[in-house]
Amino acid sequence: MMKEKLSRSTEPKSWLRFSAPQMFYPLAGKMAPWFAAVAAVLGVVGLYIGLFVAPTDFQQGEVYRVIFIHVPAAWMSMFVYLVMAFWSAVGLVMNTRLSFMMAKALAPTGAMFCFVALWTGALWGKPTWGTYWVWDARLTSQLLLMFLYLGFMALTAAIEDPRRSDRAGALIALVGAVNVPIIYFSVSWWNTLHQGASVSLTKAPSMASTMLAGMLLMAFAAWAYTIAVTLWRVRSLILERERHTEWVGHELDAQEGRA
Amino acid sequence: MEWASWSAFWAMGGSAFFVWGSYFVTALLIGVELMMVRHRRRDTVRRLIRLRRAAPPRADVRVIEESVQ
Amino acid sequence: MNGLMGPFMAVLRRDLMLAWRGRTDVLVTLAFFVIVVCLFPFGVGPETNQLREIAPGVLWVAALLSTLLSLNRLFAQDHADGTLEQLLLSPEPTALWVVAKVAAHWIVTGLPLVIVAPGLALLFDVQQDALGVLVLSLALGSPILALLGAVGAALTLGLRGGGVLLALLILPLYVPVLIFGAGAVDAHLGGMGASAQLLLLGGGLLGALAAAPFACAAALRIAIE
Repeated sequence: MMKEKLSRSTEPKSWLRFSAPQMFYPLAGKMAPWFAAVAAVLGVVGLYIGLFVAPTDFQQGEVYRVIFIHVPAAWMSMFVYLVMAFWSAVGLVMNTRLSFMMAKALAPTGAMFCFVALWTGALWGKPTWGTYWVWDARLTSQLLLMFLYLGFMALTAAIEDPRRSDRAGALIALVGAVNVPIIYFSVSWWNTLHQGASVSLTKAPSMASTMLAGMLLMAFAAWAYTIAVTLWRVRSLILERERHTEWVGHELDAQEGRA
Repeated sequence: MEWASWSAFWAMGGSAFFVWGSYFVTALLIGVELMMVRHRRRDTVRRLIRLRRAAPPRADVRVIEESVQ
Repeated sequence: MNGLMGPFMAVLRRDLMLAWRGRTDVLVTLAFFVIVVCLFPFGVGPETNQLREIAPGVLWVAALLSTLLSLNRLFAQDHADGTLEQLLLSPEPTALWVVAKVAAHWIVTGLPLVIVAPGLALLFDVQQDALGVLVLSLALGSPILALLGAVGAALTLGLRGGGVLLALLILPLYVPVLIFGAGAVDAHLGGMGASAQLLLLGGGLLGALAAAPFACAAALRIAIE
C-alpha cells in the first residue's frame, strides 16, 4: 500500500506538481511578498476609507468604526477554519503531506483573527449594549470556535511524530468542522429560550456605501494577509519536514552563503 | 473628510477607548504574528544548518525516512 | 448479524469483567460526580430557590466532567499491554469493537451517574416529577458524551499531558449535549414539555452512534500506526 502511494505521488502532472513540497517551497517564497504587499495596500486604503471617509453612524456615533476590523476578523476566523478542514480532508483522502502542512500553517492566523473578533466585539459591545459580553449565539459560537482552534494547535503540538501529528490534527479539524453547525444551532436555540437578560443586537444597520466599501476592502486585506503569513509559515514547516532531502541541503547552503 | 481636526479624530466622538483599543490590539497581534513567523523562519534555517554541519546527510538515512513518511 | 454480535459481545464481556476487577476506579468516578455536585451549594449559597434553579445545569456539568475524567481509561490499559494493536490487526471491523468498548465504558461509568442523579437532584429540591426527565436526558445524553469522548481519547492516546489536552479537544464539542440535556429538565420545570430536547438528544445519539465509531477507529489507527 505504501509503495502504491509513493509511486502515485512521484508522477507530477500540470499544476498538481506543486503539491510536492519541493516545488511548492520556491513558489510560496515568490508569492508571499506579493500577497503581503496587496494586504498592506488594501489595508491602508480600507483604513483610510473607514476612518476618514466613512460618515458617522447616526445611531451609534463613531464607535461603529470598530466594524472595519471586527467583521473582517470574524469572517476570516470562520473561513480559515473551513479551509483548514478542507486541507485536512484533502490530506487524509489523497495522502498529500503538503495539505497537512497547510492546515497547520493556517491555524495560528485563524486563532489570531478569532481572538481579534472576540476582543473587538467586546469593546464594541460595551458602548452599544452596555456590557462587554452577552451570551448571544454569535458571540458564544465564536468563543467555541476559539477553543476548537486552541484544541487543534495543542494536539498537533503535543504529538512529536510528524505523521501522527498531521493525521490526528486533520481528524480533529474535521470533527470540529462537522460540529460547528451543530454548535451554532444548539447555541441559537439555547439563546432564544433564555430571553430573560437578552440585549437586542443591532440588526444590520443600513450601511452607507463608503462603510461597506471600507469593510470589504479590509476583508480582502485580511485574506491577502492570511495567505501571505500562511505561505511564510508553511515554508518553515516544509524545510523542517524535508530536512533530510537533497534540495533542502542546497537551499540551506544558499541561505548560509547569504548570511 | 469627516473630521474637523486631528484631536477630534483621536477623540472618536468620545469612544476613543473602544475604537482605539480595538485597533491597537489588532495591530499589536498582527505585529507579534509577523515577528513570530520571521523568527521561526530564521530559527529553522539556523538550526537546520547547524544540524547539517554536525551530521552531513547520508543517502541511506534519507531513503529510510522518506519511505516512512 | 450473528457474525457481528459474537466479537461485539466478546469485547463487551471482557471489558465489563476487567472493570469489575478494578471496581474502585469506577467508584472513584462516581464519587467525583457526587462531590462536584455537592460543592455547588457551598459556592452559591444554600437558598433553596436558587439551588432548584441551577440543579439541572449543575448535574449536567458534573456528569460531563466525570465522563471526561474517566475517558483516558477507555483505551489506556489496552494500549499499554498491546491488546489494542491485536484488536486493530484482527479481521473484525474496528468500529464494531470500538462500539463494544464504549458501551462497556458507559455501563461502568455513565450508567451509575444516571442512577445516582435523581438522588442528588433531591438535594437541590428539584420537583419529583422532573426526575424522570432528568434520568431520561442523562440516559440519552451520556452515551453521546462517551462516544464523542472516545474519539478524543483515541487521538490523545499515550501523549504526555493527555488528560488536559483531551479536555480542551472534547469539551467544546460537548456544548450541544449540555444545552439540550440541561435544557430538557429546564423546559419540563418551566411547563413547556421536554419532548423537543429529548428528541434532539435521541437524534444526537443516533448520529453519534453512526459517525463517532468510525472517527474513533480512524483516530486509533492514526495513534497506533
